[in-house]
Amino acid sequence: MSRQDVLVTADWAEKNLGTDGIVFLEVDEDTTAYDGGHIPGAVKINWTTELQDPVRRDIIDSEQFGKLLSEKGVSNDDTVVLYGGNNNWFAAYAYWQFKLYGHEKVKLLDGGRKKWELDGRALTTDVPERPTTTYKAKEPDLSIRAFRDEVVDAIGKKNLVDVRSPDEFSGKILAPAHLPQEQSQRPGHVPTAINIPWSKAANEDGTFKSDEELAKLYADEGYDADKPTIAYCRIGERSSHTWVVLHELLGYRDVKNYDGSWTEYGSLVGVPIELGAPAKKGS
Amino acid sequence: MCGAPDQAVALPPGTDLTKETVLTGRVVAGGTPVGGAYVRLLDGTGEFTAEVVSSEAGQFRFFAAPGTWTVRALSRAGTGQAELKAEGPGIHRAEIAVA
Repeated sequence: MSRQDVLVTADWAEKNLGTDGIVFLEVDEDTTAYDGGHIPGAVKINWTTELQDPVRRDIIDSEQFGKLLSEKGVSNDDTVVLYGGNNNWFAAYAYWQFKLYGHEKVKLLDGGRKKWELDGRALTTDVPERPTTTYKAKEPDLSIRAFRDEVVDAIGKKNLVDVRSPDEFSGKILAPAHLPQEQSQRPGHVPTAINIPWSKAANEDGTFKSDEELAKLYADEGYDADKPTIAYCRIGERSSHTWVVLHELLGYRDVKNYDGSWTEYGSLVGVPIELGAPAKKGS
Repeated sequence: MCGAPDQAVALPPGTDLTKETVLTGRVVAGGTPVGGAYVRLLDGTGEFTAEVVSSEAGQFRFFAAPGTWTVRALSRAGTGQAELKAEGPGIHRAEIAVA
Protein backbone atom coordinates (compact mmCIF):
# COMPACT_ATOMS: atom_id res chain seq x y z
CA MET A 1 0.00 0.00 0.00
CA SER A 2 1.07 3.54 -0.46
CA ARG A 3 -0.44 6.94 0.19
CA GLN A 4 -1.92 7.19 -3.33
CA ASP A 5 -3.74 3.88 -2.86
CA VAL A 6 -5.27 4.98 0.43
CA LEU A 7 -5.96 8.72 0.32
CA VAL A 8 -7.55 11.12 -2.10
CA THR A 9 -7.16 14.88 -1.87
CA ALA A 10 -10.05 17.33 -1.68
CA ASP A 11 -9.09 18.58 -5.17
CA TRP A 12 -9.29 15.05 -6.57
CA ALA A 13 -12.62 14.50 -4.85
CA GLU A 14 -14.07 17.73 -6.20
CA LYS A 15 -13.09 16.75 -9.75
CA ASN A 16 -14.61 13.29 -9.35
CA LEU A 17 -18.01 14.17 -7.91
CA GLY A 18 -20.64 12.41 -9.99
CA THR A 19 -18.15 10.13 -11.74
CA ASP A 20 -19.60 6.69 -12.48
CA GLY A 21 -18.10 3.99 -10.33
CA ILE A 22 -17.03 6.39 -7.56
CA VAL A 23 -19.26 6.58 -4.49
CA PHE A 24 -18.75 9.09 -1.69
CA LEU A 25 -19.91 7.91 1.73
CA GLU A 26 -20.07 10.17 4.78
CA VAL A 27 -19.64 8.62 8.23
CA ASP A 28 -19.69 11.01 11.19
CA GLU A 29 -19.45 10.80 14.92
CA ASP A 30 -22.21 13.40 14.94
CA THR A 31 -24.74 11.38 12.97
CA THR A 32 -26.75 14.53 12.13
CA ALA A 33 -23.84 16.35 10.42
CA TYR A 34 -24.76 14.94 6.99
CA ASP A 35 -28.30 16.28 7.21
CA GLY A 36 -27.07 19.86 7.61
CA GLY A 37 -24.96 19.67 4.45
CA HIS A 38 -22.66 17.15 2.79
CA ILE A 39 -20.49 16.67 -0.28
CA PRO A 40 -22.75 16.65 -3.36
CA GLY A 41 -23.73 13.10 -4.24
CA ALA A 42 -22.50 11.61 -0.97
CA VAL A 43 -24.52 8.91 0.78
CA LYS A 44 -24.86 8.81 4.58
CA ILE A 45 -23.89 5.90 6.77
CA ASN A 46 -24.91 6.07 10.42
CA TRP A 47 -22.19 4.31 12.39
CA THR A 48 -24.34 3.76 15.50
CA THR A 49 -27.28 2.12 13.75
CA GLU A 50 -25.76 0.77 10.53
CA LEU A 51 -22.17 -0.31 11.23
CA GLN A 52 -22.94 -1.98 14.55
CA ASP A 53 -25.23 -4.90 15.30
CA PRO A 54 -28.51 -3.56 16.71
CA VAL A 55 -28.61 -6.12 19.54
CA ARG A 56 -25.25 -7.74 20.32
CA ARG A 57 -22.19 -5.61 21.11
CA ASP A 58 -20.35 -6.20 17.84
CA ILE A 59 -19.80 -4.71 14.44
CA ILE A 60 -22.14 -5.94 11.70
CA ASP A 61 -21.30 -9.33 10.18
CA SER A 62 -20.53 -9.94 6.50
CA GLU A 63 -24.16 -10.66 5.64
CA GLN A 64 -25.32 -7.44 7.30
CA PHE A 65 -22.47 -5.55 5.61
CA GLY A 66 -23.57 -6.88 2.21
CA LYS A 67 -27.18 -5.94 2.89
CA LEU A 68 -26.19 -2.43 4.01
CA LEU A 69 -24.10 -1.72 0.91
CA SER A 70 -26.78 -3.17 -1.38
CA GLU A 71 -29.32 -0.78 0.16
CA LYS A 72 -26.89 2.14 -0.19
CA GLY A 73 -26.43 1.35 -3.88
CA VAL A 74 -22.76 0.39 -3.66
CA SER A 75 -21.37 -2.34 -5.95
CA ASN A 76 -18.42 -4.61 -5.23
CA ASP A 77 -16.35 -2.97 -7.95
CA ASP A 78 -17.17 0.65 -7.04
CA THR A 79 -14.42 2.91 -5.71
CA VAL A 80 -15.68 3.99 -2.31
CA VAL A 81 -14.41 7.31 -0.92
CA LEU A 82 -15.10 7.67 2.80
CA TYR A 83 -15.05 10.94 4.68
CA GLY A 84 -16.41 12.38 7.89
CA GLY A 85 -16.05 14.88 10.66
CA ASN A 86 -13.80 14.77 13.68
CA ASN A 87 -10.65 14.23 11.60
CA ASN A 88 -12.13 11.19 9.85
CA TRP A 89 -12.36 9.08 13.04
CA PHE A 90 -15.52 7.28 12.01
CA ALA A 91 -14.67 7.35 8.31
CA ALA A 92 -11.47 5.50 9.29
CA TYR A 93 -13.57 3.08 11.34
CA ALA A 94 -15.74 2.45 8.27
CA TYR A 95 -12.62 2.15 6.10
CA TRP A 96 -11.34 -0.60 8.43
CA GLN A 97 -14.69 -2.41 8.13
CA PHE A 98 -14.59 -2.15 4.32
CA LYS A 99 -11.12 -3.74 4.43
CA LEU A 100 -12.31 -6.34 6.94
CA TYR A 101 -15.06 -7.41 4.53
CA GLY A 102 -12.76 -7.42 1.51
CA HIS A 103 -13.85 -4.34 -0.42
CA GLU A 104 -11.00 -3.73 -2.82
CA LYS A 105 -11.27 -0.12 -3.88
CA VAL A 106 -11.76 2.01 -0.79
CA LYS A 107 -10.13 5.35 -0.02
CA LEU A 108 -10.26 8.08 2.57
CA LEU A 109 -10.71 11.75 1.73
CA ASP A 110 -7.64 13.30 3.36
CA GLY A 111 -8.77 15.92 5.87
CA GLY A 112 -12.40 14.77 5.73
CA ARG A 113 -15.20 17.21 6.32
CA LYS A 114 -13.01 19.65 8.19
CA LYS A 115 -10.64 20.42 5.33
CA TRP A 116 -13.54 20.44 2.87
CA GLU A 117 -15.36 23.04 5.00
CA LEU A 118 -12.28 25.13 5.81
CA ASP A 119 -11.50 25.23 2.07
CA GLY A 120 -15.01 26.59 1.50
CA ARG A 121 -15.99 23.83 -0.92
CA ALA A 122 -19.61 23.14 -1.88
CA LEU A 123 -22.02 21.33 0.44
CA THR A 124 -25.59 20.36 -0.31
CA THR A 125 -28.63 19.07 1.58
CA ASP A 126 -29.87 17.12 -1.49
CA VAL A 127 -29.96 13.41 -0.75
CA PRO A 128 -29.01 11.28 -3.78
CA GLU A 129 -31.04 8.28 -4.82
CA ARG A 130 -29.03 5.29 -5.85
CA PRO A 131 -30.60 2.09 -7.18
CA THR A 132 -30.06 -0.88 -4.89
CA THR A 133 -27.36 -3.37 -5.79
CA THR A 134 -26.53 -6.95 -4.91
CA TYR A 135 -23.39 -6.53 -2.85
CA LYS A 136 -21.58 -9.66 -1.66
CA ALA A 137 -19.26 -9.14 1.29
CA LYS A 138 -16.36 -11.52 1.91
CA GLU A 139 -15.76 -13.35 5.17
CA PRO A 140 -14.01 -11.08 7.69
CA ASP A 141 -10.24 -10.79 7.39
CA LEU A 142 -9.37 -11.44 11.03
CA SER A 143 -5.72 -10.59 10.41
CA ILE A 144 -6.73 -6.96 10.99
CA ARG A 145 -9.11 -7.40 13.95
CA ALA A 146 -8.00 -8.19 17.51
CA PHE A 147 -10.14 -9.70 20.26
CA ARG A 148 -9.71 -9.36 24.02
CA ASP A 149 -7.76 -12.54 24.71
CA GLU A 150 -5.18 -11.57 22.09
CA VAL A 151 -4.73 -8.26 23.86
CA VAL A 152 -4.04 -9.93 27.20
CA ASP A 153 -1.63 -12.35 25.47
CA ALA A 154 0.15 -9.44 23.79
CA ILE A 155 1.19 -7.78 27.07
CA GLY A 156 4.95 -7.47 27.06
CA LYS A 157 5.21 -9.17 23.63
CA LYS A 158 3.60 -7.07 20.90
CA ASN A 159 3.34 -3.35 20.31
CA LEU A 160 0.24 -2.30 22.19
CA VAL A 161 -0.54 1.19 20.98
CA ASP A 162 -2.99 3.13 23.11
CA VAL A 163 -4.09 6.03 20.92
CA ARG A 164 -6.25 7.83 23.48
CA SER A 165 -5.29 11.20 24.98
CA PRO A 166 -2.64 11.20 27.75
CA ASP A 167 -5.32 11.86 30.40
CA GLU A 168 -7.36 8.85 29.29
CA PHE A 169 -4.19 6.72 29.19
CA SER A 170 -3.14 7.71 32.71
CA GLY A 171 -6.64 7.12 34.06
CA LYS A 172 -7.44 10.77 34.86
CA ILE A 173 -10.49 10.74 32.57
CA LEU A 174 -12.53 7.92 31.01
CA ALA A 175 -13.70 9.35 27.69
CA PRO A 176 -12.56 11.97 25.22
CA ALA A 177 -13.20 15.44 26.60
CA HIS A 178 -16.12 16.28 24.33
CA LEU A 179 -18.16 13.49 25.93
CA PRO A 180 -19.62 13.08 29.43
CA GLN A 181 -17.28 11.23 31.78
CA GLU A 182 -19.75 8.88 33.54
CA GLN A 183 -18.56 5.39 32.56
CA SER A 184 -18.75 2.01 34.22
CA GLN A 185 -15.30 0.64 33.41
CA ARG A 186 -12.08 1.06 35.34
CA PRO A 187 -9.69 3.80 34.20
CA GLY A 188 -6.12 3.13 33.04
CA HIS A 189 -4.39 1.28 30.21
CA VAL A 190 -3.15 -2.19 29.22
CA PRO A 191 0.24 -2.81 30.88
CA THR A 192 3.22 -2.27 28.53
CA ALA A 193 1.09 -0.20 26.12
CA ILE A 194 2.73 2.87 24.63
CA ASN A 195 0.68 6.04 24.41
CA ILE A 196 0.74 7.62 20.96
CA PRO A 197 -2.42 9.71 20.68
CA TRP A 198 -4.09 9.42 17.25
CA SER A 199 -4.01 13.23 17.04
CA LYS A 200 -0.23 13.24 16.67
CA ALA A 201 -0.69 11.57 13.28
CA ALA A 202 -2.89 14.38 11.96
CA ASN A 203 -2.31 17.97 10.98
CA GLU A 204 -4.56 20.68 12.37
CA ASP A 205 -6.69 20.66 9.21
CA GLY A 206 -7.37 16.92 9.66
CA THR A 207 -5.03 15.67 6.91
CA PHE A 208 -2.53 12.93 7.73
CA LYS A 209 1.06 13.94 8.36
CA SER A 210 3.70 12.91 5.79
CA ASP A 211 5.01 9.33 5.76
CA GLU A 212 8.40 10.58 7.02
CA GLU A 213 6.83 12.45 9.94
CA LEU A 214 4.66 9.44 10.78
CA ALA A 215 7.51 6.91 10.72
CA LYS A 216 9.57 9.18 12.98
CA LEU A 217 6.66 9.78 15.36
CA TYR A 218 6.16 6.08 16.10
CA ALA A 219 9.88 5.24 16.20
CA ASP A 220 10.50 8.08 18.67
CA GLU A 221 7.79 6.75 20.98
CA GLY A 222 9.31 3.28 21.18
CA TYR A 223 7.27 1.56 18.45
CA ASP A 224 9.07 -1.54 17.17
CA ALA A 225 8.23 -1.93 13.46
CA ASP A 226 9.45 -5.55 13.52
CA LYS A 227 6.83 -6.66 16.04
CA PRO A 228 3.11 -7.34 15.54
CA THR A 229 0.84 -4.55 16.73
CA ILE A 230 -2.55 -4.09 18.35
CA ALA A 231 -4.01 -0.58 18.44
CA TYR A 232 -6.85 0.37 20.75
CA CYS A 233 -8.71 3.42 22.06
CA ARG A 234 -12.09 3.66 23.82
CA ILE A 235 -14.52 2.19 21.26
CA GLY A 236 -12.28 1.41 18.29
CA GLU A 237 -12.73 4.45 16.07
CA ARG A 238 -9.65 6.51 16.94
CA SER A 239 -7.60 3.30 16.79
CA SER A 240 -8.97 2.76 13.27
CA HIS A 241 -7.37 6.10 12.41
CA THR A 242 -4.03 4.83 13.75
CA TRP A 243 -4.59 1.45 12.07
CA VAL A 244 -4.87 3.31 8.75
CA VAL A 245 -1.57 5.05 9.50
CA LEU A 246 0.38 1.95 10.54
CA HIS A 247 -1.08 -0.67 8.19
CA GLU A 248 -2.16 1.35 5.17
CA LEU A 249 0.13 4.39 4.98
CA LEU A 250 3.33 3.05 6.54
CA GLY A 251 2.68 -0.51 5.34
CA TYR A 252 3.62 -2.26 8.60
CA ARG A 253 2.56 -5.89 8.65
CA ASP A 254 0.42 -7.63 11.24
CA VAL A 255 -1.34 -4.57 12.62
CA LYS A 256 -4.73 -5.21 14.21
CA ASN A 257 -7.44 -2.90 15.46
CA TYR A 258 -8.93 -3.92 18.81
CA ASP A 259 -12.42 -2.49 18.37
CA GLY A 260 -13.58 -3.75 21.77
CA SER A 261 -11.03 -1.28 23.10
CA TRP A 262 -11.14 0.26 26.57
CA THR A 263 -14.90 -0.03 27.03
CA GLU A 264 -14.41 -3.80 26.86
CA TYR A 265 -10.96 -4.18 28.41
CA GLY A 266 -11.70 -1.81 31.30
CA SER A 267 -14.79 -3.88 32.16
CA LEU A 268 -13.14 -7.33 32.14
CA VAL A 269 -12.82 -9.12 35.47
CA GLY A 270 -9.30 -10.00 36.51
CA VAL A 271 -7.21 -8.54 33.68
CA PRO A 272 -4.14 -6.46 34.56
CA ILE A 273 -4.50 -2.68 34.37
CA GLU A 274 -1.82 -0.06 34.79
CA LEU A 275 -2.41 3.52 35.97
CA GLY A 276 -0.38 6.65 35.53
CA ALA A 277 1.51 8.49 32.82
CA PRO A 278 3.84 6.60 30.44
CA ALA A 279 7.41 6.05 31.62
CA LYS A 280 9.75 8.76 30.36
CA LYS A 281 11.74 7.66 27.35
CA GLY A 282 15.23 6.47 28.16
CA SER A 283 14.37 5.60 31.78
CA MET B 1 -21.91 38.22 33.68
CA CYS B 2 -19.61 36.08 35.74
CA GLY B 3 -21.52 33.74 38.02
CA ALA B 4 -24.85 34.35 36.30
CA PRO B 5 -26.35 31.15 34.92
CA ASP B 6 -25.84 30.99 31.17
CA GLN B 7 -29.08 29.67 29.72
CA ALA B 8 -27.36 29.12 26.40
CA VAL B 9 -25.11 26.32 27.66
CA ALA B 10 -27.01 23.21 26.66
CA LEU B 11 -25.97 20.20 28.71
CA PRO B 12 -27.11 16.61 28.31
CA PRO B 13 -29.93 15.69 30.70
CA GLY B 14 -28.60 14.42 34.00
CA THR B 15 -25.23 16.18 33.77
CA ASP B 16 -24.00 16.44 37.35
CA LEU B 17 -22.16 19.75 37.67
CA THR B 18 -20.84 18.79 41.10
CA LYS B 19 -18.83 16.07 39.29
CA GLU B 20 -18.39 17.16 35.67
CA THR B 21 -15.92 19.89 34.74
CA VAL B 22 -17.52 21.63 31.76
CA LEU B 23 -15.47 24.01 29.63
CA THR B 24 -17.61 26.18 27.40
CA GLY B 25 -17.68 29.48 25.55
CA ARG B 26 -18.01 31.22 22.23
CA VAL B 27 -15.95 31.75 19.09
CA VAL B 28 -16.20 35.33 17.85
CA ALA B 29 -14.75 37.39 14.99
CA GLY B 30 -14.99 41.12 15.60
CA GLY B 31 -17.71 40.49 18.18
CA THR B 32 -19.83 38.36 15.81
CA PRO B 33 -20.34 34.66 16.71
CA VAL B 34 -18.60 32.19 14.39
CA GLY B 35 -20.55 28.98 13.78
CA GLY B 36 -18.93 25.91 12.22
CA ALA B 37 -15.50 26.66 13.71
CA TYR B 38 -13.33 23.70 14.68
CA VAL B 39 -12.52 24.12 18.36
CA ARG B 40 -9.80 21.95 19.87
CA LEU B 41 -9.04 21.43 23.52
CA LEU B 42 -5.33 21.23 24.38
CA ASP B 43 -4.12 20.12 27.81
CA GLY B 44 -1.56 21.89 30.02
CA THR B 45 1.31 20.50 27.93
CA GLY B 46 -0.27 21.60 24.65
CA GLU B 47 -1.37 18.04 23.82
CA PHE B 48 -4.55 17.65 21.74
CA THR B 49 -7.41 16.34 23.85
CA ALA B 50 -10.61 16.78 21.86
CA GLU B 51 -12.26 18.73 19.08
CA VAL B 52 -15.81 19.95 18.53
CA VAL B 53 -17.56 22.15 15.97
CA SER B 54 -19.07 25.42 17.27
CA SER B 55 -22.84 25.85 17.04
CA GLU B 56 -24.52 28.52 14.92
CA ALA B 57 -24.26 30.84 17.95
CA GLY B 58 -20.51 30.14 18.05
CA GLN B 59 -20.73 27.99 21.16
CA PHE B 60 -18.56 25.05 22.11
CA ARG B 61 -18.49 22.67 25.08
CA PHE B 62 -16.09 20.11 26.52
CA PHE B 63 -16.24 17.72 29.44
CA ALA B 64 -12.78 17.77 30.98
CA ALA B 65 -11.15 17.70 34.39
CA PRO B 66 -9.80 20.40 36.68
CA GLY B 67 -6.58 21.90 35.31
CA THR B 68 -5.22 24.44 32.86
CA TRP B 69 -6.46 24.14 29.30
CA THR B 70 -6.12 25.92 25.97
CA VAL B 71 -9.06 26.18 23.59
CA ARG B 72 -8.04 26.85 19.99
CA ALA B 73 -10.36 27.59 17.08
CA LEU B 74 -9.87 27.15 13.32
CA SER B 75 -12.43 28.71 11.03
CA ARG B 76 -12.81 30.32 7.65
CA ALA B 77 -12.74 33.65 9.56
CA GLY B 78 -9.30 32.85 10.99
CA THR B 79 -7.72 31.19 14.00
CA GLY B 80 -7.39 32.13 17.65
CA GLN B 81 -7.02 30.66 21.11
CA ALA B 82 -7.72 31.28 24.79
CA GLU B 83 -6.59 29.88 28.15
CA LEU B 84 -8.96 28.34 30.66
CA LYS B 85 -8.28 27.50 34.29
CA ALA B 86 -10.70 25.07 35.87
CA GLU B 87 -10.09 24.80 39.58
CA GLY B 88 -12.89 22.30 40.15
CA PRO B 89 -16.10 20.83 38.73
CA GLY B 90 -18.78 23.13 37.30
CA ILE B 91 -19.01 25.37 34.26
CA HIS B 92 -15.94 27.32 33.14
CA ARG B 93 -16.11 29.82 30.28
CA ALA B 94 -13.82 31.35 27.71
CA GLU B 95 -14.26 33.43 24.58
CA ILE B 96 -12.04 32.77 21.57
CA ALA B 97 -11.46 35.70 19.23
CA VAL B 98 -10.44 34.57 15.74
CA ALA B 99 -8.79 36.80 13.17
